[in-house]
Amino acid sequence: MTTGRKPIYLDYSATTPVDPRVAAKMIPYLTEDFGNPASRSHAYGWVAEEAVENARSEVAKLVGADPREIVWTSGATESNNLAIKGAAHFYAPSKGKHIITVATEHKAVIDPVRELEREGFEATFLEPDANGLVSLEKFKAAIRPDTVLASVMFVNNEIGVIQDIEGIGNICRENNIIFHVDAAQATGKVKIDLEKLPVDLMSFSAHKTYGPKGIGALFVRRKPRVRIEAQMHGGGHERGMRSGTLPTHQIVGMGEAFRIAREEMDTENERIRMLRDRLLKGLSEIEETYVNGDLVHRVPHNLNMSFNYVEGESLMMAVKDIAVSSGSACTSASLEPSYVLRALGRSDELAHSSIRFSIGRYTTEEDVDYTIRLMKEKIAKLRELSPLWEMYKDGVDISKVQWAAH
Amino acid sequence: MAYSDKVLDHYENPRNVGTLDKNDPTVGTGMVGAPACGDVMKLQIKVNDAGIIEDAKFKTYGCGSAIASSSLVTEWLKGRTIDEAYAIKNSDIAEELALPPVKIHCSVLAEDAIKAAVADLKAKQGK
Repeated sequence: MTTGRKPIYLDYSATTPVDPRVAAKMIPYLTEDFGNPASRSHAYGWVAEEAVENARSEVAKLVGADPREIVWTSGATESNNLAIKGAAHFYAPSKGKHIITVATEHKAVIDPVRELEREGFEATFLEPDANGLVSLEKFKAAIRPDTVLASVMFVNNEIGVIQDIEGIGNICRENNIIFHVDAAQATGKVKIDLEKLPVDLMSFSAHKTYGPKGIGALFVRRKPRVRIEAQMHGGGHERGMRSGTLPTHQIVGMGEAFRIAREEMDTENERIRMLRDRLLKGLSEIEETYVNGDLVHRVPHNLNMSFNYVEGESLMMAVKDIAVSSGSACTSASLEPSYVLRALGRSDELAHSSIRFSIGRYTTEEDVDYTIRLMKEKIAKLRELSPLWEMYKDGVDISKVQWAAH
Repeated sequence: MAYSDKVLDHYENPRNVGTLDKNDPTVGTGMVGAPACGDVMKLQIKVNDAGIIEDAKFKTYGCGSAIASSSLVTEWLKGRTIDEAYAIKNSDIAEELALPPVKIHCSVLAEDAIKAAVADLKAKQGK
């Protein structure tokens, strides 16, 4: 295996490179058309404002929204905070203080909900089924008369499964619950039509869709009108919902990235699905591998697999020629298995030995074939070293062995 | 996490990987750790009539430091007596491999594996 070159990038769910077409469009707004879009008294401001509004239309178009429903933020984390805290605070006095969300949400949803709990809200963290999906029955059963807000992600960042947003949204409508959706991993991957989808608030990020980091948006429905309490106070930008000078170049980048996504997602997703299926087929030739999460209700970009009888950290050492994410967050002291995989009922061992491969715009067939060869070689090597693999091959049931705890 | 060159060397080129016949009366087998903790080490020693370890083999499920710790001790064990083997300390292993504090437990596990293998051998030989 060659080293000394950059690893093959298969971590598009962590972030994507900025598309060169996006970068080219952004640059003039840093150096020439640098005006403050809030400056109403001269041409610098007007040019910048026009660029911002064009970008707002592009973001709106990708998701079937009205441009007036798009509020710029610094990214999906801020959008989630603004939506969850903003709506909870606004509607709690009239509706109540109970929130429903899912155990497999991103930390940018979990942590704001935890913060609200500290303020006196109560939260239900729904456990998904073993395939990662939340059942509508389970969701319905969690509803209380004082449920004010629900937050469910569109596409899971670790396992790529697509939740039934329409189904959950309809239940929220029937029960007068504000419904927020974190769609950071969904744009350009699944069709989103907010004209039809019963969603009140939806978070977006640019850098997961070939735009720049540091810019995102929140969809805030106008009909029926949804209200949120601002989290950032200042100049009253974005109709008072999010103050702060608009970063024109970042916004232009997000607009262009979302325009490209809208125009190219159909062909791109077809190509990516072909690559993912090729990767899945190749890796499935390795014994004792498990796909994490539903394979049907899933974006084609994601493949999350566990490799039994190899240990997570040594696996990450072995695959340093590919840039992927592990199911273990390597904290300073010890390996912490992914809470998402744990919520699916995966054992610690299988959660530790999981890898998330995420495929994107610049992934090639050669990248996929190299990855399959590398994984086969390294898994075989680590299993040759593994006493657990030897026991498995000898027919020993490892779950029945009495291990001396240490 | 940054690994020392010695850890990387043992990880990339592990010494004495393999399995000895655990039913052989001159072979002692030690298996320590647990899958849920992220490390399992199996260490085997084969002792000749003079009480000298003439072969040592290991298999380890664990991180790079755990693999390196067990690979290193198989090198050290060969040619030593049982008593000399028993005297190997985890601190010797940690020092040789320049293990960071969070990986000291890997060297402890390797020391435990030696002691378990010796105990198994002694039990077999009725000593």
